[in-house]
Amino acid sequence: MKLIASRLVQAVMVAILIGTATFIMMRSLPGDAAWRIAAGRYGYDNVDAAAADTVRAELGIDGPALPALLQWLSDLARFDFGNSLVSGQPVMDEIVHQLGASASLALVALLLSLVIGPPFGILAGLRPGGMLDRVLLVASTGVKAVPQFLMALVLIVLLAVHLRWLPAAGHGELRHFILPGLTLALGLAAVNARITRDAMARIADMPFWRFAQWKGLSERQTLVRHGLRNVSVPLITYLGLQFVTLVEGVIIVESIFGWPGIGHALVHAIFSRDVPMVQGTALVLGLGFVIVNSAIDLAVRRLDPRVAG
Amino acid sequence: MTRTFLKAAVALACFAMPVLAQADNRLDVVAQFEIKAPEPATSGYIFTRMGVAETLVNANAAGELTPGLATSWEVSQDGLTWVFTLREGVVFHDGSAMNADAVANALEIARAKPGPLQDLPITGIAAGDGAITVTLSEPMAALPAFLAEYRSQILSPASYAADGTGVAIIGTGPYRITAMEPPLSLDATAFAEYWGNAPQIADVSYSGVSRVETRALMAESGEAEFVFGLDPASVSRLGMLDDVEVLSVAIPRTLLIKVNAGHPFLAEPDARRALSLAIDRAGIAQAVLRYPEGADQLFPPSTADWHNDALAPLAYDVEEAKRLLAGLGWEAGSDGILTRDGARFAVTLTTYPDRPELPLVATVLEQQFRTIGIDLTVNTTNSSEIPAGHNDGTLELGLIARNFSLVPDPIGTILSDYVGNGDWGAMNWQNEEFATLLRGLARGDGGNAERARASEILQSELPIIPIAWYRQTLAVSDRVTGAEIDAFERSFGLQNIRWAE
Repeated sequence: MKLIASRLVQAVMVAILIGTATFIMMRSLPGDAAWRIAAGRYGYDNVDAAAADTVRAELGIDGPALPALLQWLSDLARFDFGNSLVSGQPVMDEIVHQLGASASLALVALLLSLVIGPPFGILAGLRPGGMLDRVLLVASTGVKAVPQFLMALVLIVLLAVHLRWLPAAGHGELRHFILPGLTLALGLAAVNARITRDAMARIADMPFWRFAQWKGLSERQTLVRHGLRNVSVPLITYLGLQFVTLVEGVIIVESIFGWPGIGHALVHAIFSRDVPMVQGTALVLGLGFVIVNSAIDLAVRRLDPRVAG
Repeated sequence: MTRTFLKAAVALACFAMPVLAQADNRLDVVAQFEIKAPEPATSGYIFTRMGVAETLVNANAAGELTPGLATSWEVSQDGLTWVFTLREGVVFHDGSAMNADAVANALEIARAKPGPLQDLPITGIAAGDGAITVTLSEPMAALPAFLAEYRSQILSPASYAADGTGVAIIGTGPYRITAMEPPLSLDATAFAEYWGNAPQIADVSYSGVSRVETRALMAESGEAEFVFGLDPASVSRLGMLDDVEVLSVAIPRTLLIKVNAGHPFLAEPDARRALSLAIDRAGIAQAVLRYPEGADQLFPPSTADWHNDALAPLAYDVEEAKRLLAGLGWEAGSDGILTRDGARFAVTLTTYPDRPELPLVATVLEQQFRTIGIDLTVNTTNSSEIPAGHNDGTLELGLIARNFSLVPDPIGTILSDYVGNGDWGAMNWQNEEFATLLRGLARGDGGNAERARASEILQSELPIIPIAWYRQTLAVSDRVTGAEIDAFERSFGLQNIRWAE
């Protein structure tokens, strides 16, 4: 209960800080906002003085900064994010649509990474220094070293262009998830596998492990009864950190695979000075970190009685 | 345990993936454009291209105007009153009738938003009996061409909110929207009550994919049948494939340098001529754009009325360029850069990355201008910096791609770019003879002789410096036939595409 309360306070602080920081940053960018918004709305063939004047008159963006910021904060208190300056649609609607796309992609990537990484990590950790352990070290270091955009292109060329198994890009159907999900998942799995391997090796070296085997449990039984829960604690803690990597990766991967996610939305909003959209998106991402971290804290408490105690 | 796990994973992958890649019966279109909102003013070109919305007037491949939702139009003796007779029996996708009231409503809303209609001397748009009447305060011969532009698309009254903002795209075209998810996708299906020929392929989809590499890979993998807007490298790669055909058509868009003719270094026509002579257009065209040749005048051959074969072509002659600059009093300084009265010939070229070839060409120009002693700094920034710099006078040189056919008759663009204070045209350059010729042409007076003289003035004065004429590219899968590129960038022509036998 105490944890949730402190996390709530943290969330409010994050909201105010992010909102103010993005507001100040967007205001201090060089260039005239009305022109940038007009370019975002009407495109480079049609941005002209008339379009910029229309934007200026419609939005009144030349007003003083402080009242605008206070207005935004008071709107926020009523959960009103305002309307996008470019599309005119409510920011909330756009974020829900785009965050939904990003979150589902991130979830698929996370699940895929858990299917790929930890099983290898456990197998390698049970035989430290063995063949699989050495291969895994090289493979995971290699995969992690490949930048995500390169990984994406390699996967597209291999699985979409040459083998024609999967669509190269697009959005809307289940099959569209696989390539971008895999791109993100391989990077995550490379680290997952290492974390799991180290935890497994450490646990398998402990006296209770040897005792379990000495009392007659098979390796599988030892793993299921005494290993998995122990391994999952560092793994789950690490997932919270991976969320950062995931958000970073989602921005690149979305742009390559034509995925209508929040990374894509944020980049476009910054280019066209869509301040409410930038504030809303940054806020949702910031709160996302708080929520994920809280969830992980709670999960770890359930798994590990030492922390809860 | 390891082995079982691996076997299961491989088996799953092998069985699942080919099933997932199955082709469907939908024509998938991919292009770079993003759908911003159900709003003709910002995203209307996607709806007209996809055959969802239509305009009163159409244009054929040669740029000649043809009937669209209006079957005919006529102008009064004094050129001030235009009557457009509407096609009968046309219904919108919501079943309501396309009548004079709906058309007048759509055009009045379009006229209140930024766009070409806003600059026209229109005094009123009135709904009559099966026709609309547009009244002008001064004659404008090209009015029908303006009504062929995408922002003049006719949508049903239910498409707009009370303040005129677009809320839905309910057009009259061969396809009606079944689902739209801004910013990247749209699904449409054949409209059963379409007034014209029914489309051959019933279901179509549109995806906005901003990265050109991804679009090319989608064409290569067969994921999309119709992939629009390819970069030079992808064109050559896709050209080698058997199941993809790459089409390429010259379009009325020119890559050019917009010059601030009020700048002390660039005010003399000879200085602008020297810049022009320093540009190796053939080199840029072949190495960067992979086109056979560069532009030798502003208007590409696809703007048939305006392209002037009699003009002396713009040439590449570094020695002549140096001679012209020496004649203006410029002398090479110790670092090889020209100086005059203590000032170095250093200028900034502003460009934008929305079209990926622009920064590349800018870098080549930096080198080519250096050979005649000009220090060029390239500033790649937001596209709006060009019109903004035009208006506050800070722009020196701008590298831009200008489309002369958004309105199928180039007169509208030329008039606003080179006579008015066109943000994307001449800067601090006025020519009385040119302005008189253009105003006459806009009213409907004069013809080829006047257009030829006007292009001659641009060629000798060089208020802008043309570099290359664009080509539009399209990759089409061999699963379909009948695809063509519309040089006027109005339509994808989806209704004429059919599945290959």
